[in-house]
Amino acid sequence: MDKVKKAALRYAFPKTAPVMVGYLFLGAAYGILMKVNGFGFGWALAMSVFVYAGSLQYVGVTLLASMASPLYGFLMGLMINARHLFYGISMLGRYRNLKRFRTYLIFALTDETFSVICNEKVPPRLDREWVYLWISLLDQFYWVAGSLMGSILGSFISFDTKGLDFALTALFVVIFTDQWKNQKNHRPALTGLIGSVVCVKLFGSGGFIIPAMGLILAALSLGYIGKKRKEARSVG
Amino acid sequence: MADGMMIRGIGIVAALAAATMITRFFPFLLFPPGKKIPEYVEYLGKTLPSAAMGLLVVYCLKDISLASDFHGLPELISIMAMVILHWRKGNSLLSIGVGTVLYMVLAQRVFV
Repeated sequence: MDKVKKAALRYAFPKTAPVMVGYLFLGAAYGILMKVNGFGFGWALAMSVFVYAGSLQYVGVTLLASMASPLYGFLMGLMINARHLFYGISMLGRYRNLKRFRTYLIFALTDETFSVICNEKVPPRLDREWVYLWISLLDQFYWVAGSLMGSILGSFISFDTKGLDFALTALFVVIFTDQWKNQKNHRPALTGLIGSVVCVKLFGSGGFIIPAMGLILAALSLGYIGKKRKEARSVG
Repeated sequence: MADGMMIRGIGIVAALAAATMITRFFPFLLFPPGKKIPEYVEYLGKTLPSAAMGLLVVYCLKDISLASDFHGLPELISIMAMVILHWRKGNSLLSIGVGTVLYMVLAQRVFV
């Protein structure tokens, strides 16, 4: 490996440490869930390599176990992963002018990889694109390794796995808490929570996601209009 | 596994992969290099991630019934413990690990 790649790896690896532990743990929980539902090694591998989206893969266990229609899976996938649109929009500035690894970097933009790279200030002495690539590759490696471990462990476990899927809830609560701590303006976070709860009450738990997204988008847009008006007033 | 189920399963995996790719690539296709990003889209890029995380938390908790025997108490206790722990220590793995184990203990031993 040449010097540039090595230097980038040395810088990138420690940044991925929290993701490593999280992905090995959540990936293993995922592999176990797949296995106890009758979907072994090959299935877990295919999902973690090609889908590579934590929360959707957890939902995918239910879809596979019930042999749901692929069309339904596709729509669920669009809804659950719609937040990636927002990550993509947030990453346009960093990613869209990259030359070498752009396609893989966009493919591998999970919640956690996004959270590492969006806060990343790569020192100018390093090759920025290689740092992004190492972070993304390492993260997917942890996820695949974790799910395969879980898939193997799943054949041996004798403990009660009831409640294990709470790991996913825990992940989101922790990311939510982090975002809350790092932001002065809590309105978007509250909009997401309250808007979703309102839509669960109105539309039921089966069909709340699309209305909730519409409501959230509308509320944030109103916030944008309000902000523009305020700016216009202070200028004029 | 029967052949029909195998094909159905592969179809599901392919559908999930396609949906994920669409959501990840769409913004970059919409705004290729050189095209100016509207201020409104930039604003959404800043505010939507935390709103989306709020939505995902609710998504995970959507099937809890307040009218059930335990009124969502195991979830509430585990989440409160996790938020307090995470607020103090800021260690994601520790918070997720403690929260999950606590929830499993509550769901399997306490609230049964």
